[in-house]
Amino acid sequence: MVDALPPPRKKHPTRRTRVPTLPPMARSRAALFFTAYAARGELRLQHCEECGTVAYPPRDICGNCWSSALHWKPVAPDGVLLAETTLHTSTNIYFRERLPWRIGAVKLKNGPVVVAHIHSDAEEGAGVRIFARTDKSGQGVLFALPAEDTENMADDKALRELTCDPKHRRVLITDVRTRLGQSMARAALDAGAAKVFLGVAETWKPFQDQEALYALANTEIAPLDLADGASVAELASSIGGKVDILINTAQHIRPGSAMSRRDVVTAKEEMEVNFFGPLRLLQALGPAMRARGADGANSAVAWVNCLSVFALSNRPSFGLTSASQAAALSLSQNARSEFAGSGVKVINAFHGPLDDEWSQQLPPPKVAPERFATDVMRALRKGLEEVYFGEIAQDIHERWREDPAVLERELTLTNLMD
Amino acid sequence: MTLLQKLGDAVISKAVKTIDLTHTLDPDFPVLVLPPEFGQCQPFRIEEVSRYDERGPAWYWRNFSCNEHTGTHFDAPVHWVTGKDLPNSSVDTIDPNGFIRPACVLDFSKEVAADDDFVLTEDHIKAWEKEHGDIPGGHWVLFRSDWSKRSGADYLNLRDDGAHSPGPDAGAIRYLVETRDVIGFGVETIGTDAGQGGHFDPPYPAHTLLHGAGRYGLQCLRNLDQLPPKGAVIVSAPLKIKAGSGSPLRVLALVEDQ
Amino acid sequence: MSAGHNNRHSYDGVVAAAPVTVPYERFSRESAHWWIGHALRELGKGAGVTAKEIDGLSVSSFSLFPDTAVGLTQHFGLSPRWLDHVPMGGASGVVALRRAARAVQAGDAEIVACLAGDTNHVNSFRNMLTSFSRFSQDAAYPYGSGGPNGSFALLTRAYMNTYGATRGDFGRLCVAQRENALTFPHALMKKPLSLDQYMDARAIAEPIHLFDCVMPCAGAEGFLVMRESAAQAQNLPYVRILSTIERHNAFPDDPIQLRGGWAMDKDELWAMAGVAPDTIDFLQTYDDYPVISMMQIEDLGFCAKGEAKDFVRSHDLTNGGSFPHNTSGGQLSVGQAGAAGGYLGLVEAIRQLTGEALGKQVKHAKLAAISGFGMINYDRGVCTAAAILASGGVDG
Repeated sequence: MVDALPPPRKKHPTRRTRVPTLPPMARSRAALFFTAYAARGELRLQHCEECGTVAYPPRDICGNCWSSALHWKPVAPDGVLLAETTLHTSTNIYFRERLPWRIGAVKLKNGPVVVAHIHSDAEEGAGVRIFARTDKSGQGVLFALPAEDTENMADDKALRELTCDPKHRRVLITDVRTRLGQSMARAALDAGAAKVFLGVAETWKPFQDQEALYALANTEIAPLDLADGASVAELASSIGGKVDILINTAQHIRPGSAMSRRDVVTAKEEMEVNFFGPLRLLQALGPAMRARGADGANSAVAWVNCLSVFALSNRPSFGLTSASQAAALSLSQNARSEFAGSGVKVINAFHGPLDDEWSQQLPPPKVAPERFATDVMRALRKGLEEVYFGEIAQDIHERWREDPAVLERELTLTNLMD
Repeated sequence: MTLLQKLGDAVISKAVKTIDLTHTLDPDFPVLVLPPEFGQCQPFRIEEVSRYDERGPAWYWRNFSCNEHTGTHFDAPVHWVTGKDLPNSSVDTIDPNGFIRPACVLDFSKEVAADDDFVLTEDHIKAWEKEHGDIPGGHWVLFRSDWSKRSGADYLNLRDDGAHSPGPDAGAIRYLVETRDVIGFGVETIGTDAGQGGHFDPPYPAHTLLHGAGRYGLQCLRNLDQLPPKGAVIVSAPLKIKAGSGSPLRVLALVEDQ
Repeated sequence: MSAGHNNRHSYDGVVAAAPVTVPYERFSRESAHWWIGHALRELGKGAGVTAKEIDGLSVSSFSLFPDTAVGLTQHFGLSPRWLDHVPMGGASGVVALRRAARAVQAGDAEIVACLAGDTNHVNSFRNMLTSFSRFSQDAAYPYGSGGPNGSFALLTRAYMNTYGATRGDFGRLCVAQRENALTFPHALMKKPLSLDQYMDARAIAEPIHLFDCVMPCAGAEGFLVMRESAAQAQNLPYVRILSTIERHNAFPDDPIQLRGGWAMDKDELWAMAGVAPDTIDFLQTYDDYPVISMMQIEDLGFCAKGEAKDFVRSHDLTNGGSFPHNTSGGQLSVGQAGAAGGYLGLVEAIRQLTGEALGKQVKHAKLAAISGFGMINYDRGVCTAAAILASGGVDG
């Protein structure tokens, strides 16, 4: 059983903040497929199309029949821990700082033997559940949990290295004017966040349910206008060193397409909030978070972008909002490359149309902001980097994976959405 | 000594005081809020271009952007549909003679303190004239409400049914324009019209009637409490923006020390 | 097992001679080229051969990058007509021997210099591990980066669970090797090791503790392969090659490695040599961890599978004992000079069989088994090899 993680103590005022170090990042190209699935929380291994062999480690040719038709398919997580060891030495600084460290050899029920990190409650000879996730280097690794949940399971030291658990962490919600932002703030508190900073633009403009939100314990109002560089810089100077998880809930969503609008004013507003907003946040808050990637139990750990799934492919009726979201998605990839090496995960949380005033005319299914918020917390607890919430987002994502060019035509020619 | 020499000496000696009626252009300063399906008034925004750094080693400068109606600003007649066809009605074509004019300051701050939705009527103006004499032609009329002493959410004073702030009714504006021939109407609130002015008849009477008659508006003024009821001279030259509907500007009042 | 031995040619007329060791150092500022070059120089001096006479070269090293054996020909001024690079870690010695022997036998070369060596800078070991193999890079090294310690800990645990071997059994083996090492001048470990000290050592990766691990160091080893007639003409003591085996990636379906490729080929090894395990005078196993030595004792047929624990309990493994094993102290006591570790047992065997032991000579040493094991490509050692050597005077 794992001891419950105590709230972290206040930082020592004169001690140097631990510099982020990384587990090994080098991988073959084939292994990057494993990583890409791991980032989505999918446990997939290569299956030989010709002979059915499940292969691991990632390879280019089937070791059984020499076919190159190896397809990444899900495998059952069940396995048995054949042997385990506790490392007391390591050649890698990251692991040296975290010793002792347990690893084990796990025989998958429907697959090969894999080396994995193992939970402290996983026992040799017993059943385990394997999952794939990205580690602090951003690369995919395997982790073995005990077959059944155990007490304080999530507080396991090694497991917490893979997750972005809000427990005991300080969370900045960049915009709480909306139901989305407010739901996110409440969900973060429910998830055990030590503090939630409530980002509010234009504090002179009241918003719905403001009093109830401000009355919540463990919150602090944080004036923050993503469209205003000075405001973002000012916030960074006051709480920049305290943000462990940033959840960008600010979105400027307006209907309209290029020719249905007469000007670029609204598009600029969309870009101000959806693109320049996160860019300003990255420039103001990113460096501090990057430096705090290994800062103890409440290290900086996640940068969450709430993105419309139409960042993947343009939804004509919200064509310019889609365009700004596509820009935001591209920016998030840039951010991920810049956070690489810090241990801070960039999480893209994609959603379909939210159940708000801008989707009033759209029939269900729509994503309830409250549901989306709890899903984001679940993604943080799991340490996922890419998540698609709700039927529409998942459906669009599936179509996109199948063929982006077909999806584009489905959206533009067949009124898939509108 | 010429008139202007006298004025110059008086300004230097501060026998004539210069009072700043302007709010600082600040991203946090409220702007007019409309339902989101309409185009919005952009707040004042600044992006630093360089500050003695690698972007410009010896110099500091910034880009700013805003609406023509952000912060303390001037409304030109062309701002409103009723003034759209008037000649010389945008900020670049207005006769600059109008940019320096005396003002009458009508103090209804006590009434406003008692009622956020105080409506200035013809009767109120006439009552003021009884005490201070008639409003001369070509003057600004500045409506002192002390509203500028509010800040944050209280300034816009938004409720579920919209903004609540004082303003004139149609009768008051008609009286000022038609009877007193004022050059314009200035206020401390975010618009020349009351917060609930959209429900007046006609809606937004100040905008509708002032601009339809080629008169000007000044919004978001402050320090009106430092002005005498009569005798101040207002300097209020908007930026010369091509076809501009208005402009943020520095509004100054010259006041004789008494 | 394999019927192959009936078709195999003997190594008659080909011998190994001129064993050299460049004394090991814990850390070195020099390059692998420097170390291997010194071994070549020693070979030339000891055997009285010149660069012109050496027409074959086989090289094994982890730290030559960006060079291979090719670069060394120019570096060393050699013009060989036969060149080999054997990147097989702990199996390199035996593999180099058997390839060189066939080249000489076929007349492709007259004298092959077999060389292995590595340097050990303070960061060499980590650098080697990070780029050791693709499978390791993708699926082993990211898990704690324990290197071989982590992988061998897992298979040691599985071995202990399966066969009931204990730490004490591994300890007996390590303690005996240390005793052998105390007379071997090049051993980096100079102090005696007691079983209590072994048992009390700090954990490295349970169940592996400090004295189960080799110490990485710098060093080089080498020997010559030539015609028996040539050795005789030069008046060089030599050993004859009775048989060899080599196998890679044996038993890939075993979930965890409890046996190596020797188990596939041991019948052929003994049949080709025409001798039985109980006639062997001493055994050199590849001892990167004691569990691997135990596997070799089993898989080469010195005892039944799983019974190495009983074997080490019932035998004295020192040079004066009933079953001399790793007579120089092995890598566990001498140190692991990278790929030279794959030569250590073979070079020592040539010395023992020619009566030129640097440490305690095994009495009447005429017949030896040498075994190699190398390359944890992912979760297990992939390369295995073994050879039976006889001193020049024994009839094969």
